[in-house]
Amino acid sequence: MAENNRAVVKLRERFAADIVDIKEFRGEVTVTVKKENIVAICDYLKTALAFNMLTDVTAVDYLGQEPRFLVVYNMYSIPNKDRLRIKAQVGESSCSIDTVSKVWSTADWLEREVFDLFGITFNNHPDLRRILMTEDWVGHPLRKDYPLQGPDREPYKGRLS
Amino acid sequence: MGVDNPLGDNIITASLDGLVNWARKSSIWPMTFGLACCAIEMMATGASHNDLDRFGIIFRASPRQSDCIIIAGTVTKKMLPVIKVVYEQMPEPKWVIAMGACACSGGIFDTYSVVQGIDEALPVDVYIPGCPPRPEALLFGLIKLQEKIAKERNSFGSTIGLGERLEPAA
Repeated sequence: MAENNRAVVKLRERFAADIVDIKEFRGEVTVTVKKENIVAICDYLKTALAFNMLTDVTAVDYLGQEPRFLVVYNMYSIPNKDRLRIKAQVGESSCSIDTVSKVWSTADWLEREVFDLFGITFNNHPDLRRILMTEDWVGHPLRKDYPLQGPDREPYKGRLS
Repeated sequence: MGVDNPLGDNIITASLDGLVNWARKSSIWPMTFGLACCAIEMMATGASHNDLDRFGIIFRASPRQSDCIIIAGTVTKKMLPVIKVVYEQMPEPKWVIAMGACACSGGIFDTYSVVQGIDEALPVDVYIPGCPPRPEALLFGLIKLQEKIAKERNSFGSTIGLGERLEPAA
């Protein structure tokens, strides 16, 4: 199924070395790629395949696995009424990826949110600051090793604790 | 009764504190300040069906004209400095109502970003439980605040610089 997807066929032709995995679940196509060529891949998807709207940028923390993070790009093609999800692998030691804000300008704030909550740095980003938490906040709350009730509190151990 | 009544039926006598307290409790002007779903119930309480105006409670759009702040909703750590500034801008005497589970204790939001009760930052006079409290509960809380104001001592003296205002214990 996913093999016949228009975008997947084109990506396979051009970026075969970067593709790690291709999945389809209930009509949603997900392509996992290496992070090095993410800007070229996104630029190609936007210009050649008309994925002209970046719906969301987010990330997933797979604590204990390597690579630890996946940065997720959800995109939509308004002329073709087609959706695509790209996931880029980001390791814990070199926790950074190139910005795609030159491709879609909406990525500017979406990447700031990922930086704020996951601590993933975006290289060449025009204005990489925290966007949701206060400026003096320490840590990145959506990381799985961040304590849910904050670092300054004793963790909750059940009702009788 | 055998007591002379030279002034007729046109005067009543009362303590000055009683008069001041009566005036204050009958004109609680809360700050127009809502934070979450509790604010919707607060607006419903102010609207025609429950009608806070009949208690002399009129929402004011400026902290300079308010003497009560109803903390109506979840207080995040990012919002706390704003609430503190609004509270500090209110002139004395001033009262705080913690409306709903979140303002009382953090409620269901036992997380890194939420203040676990506004009493960590402001002196709360009345706690109203509920998630969110119905308008009846807010009315009950406001009446409790009126009762508390009515029991205050030296409320006139403290205003003209004679001693402290004595708040009732509970």
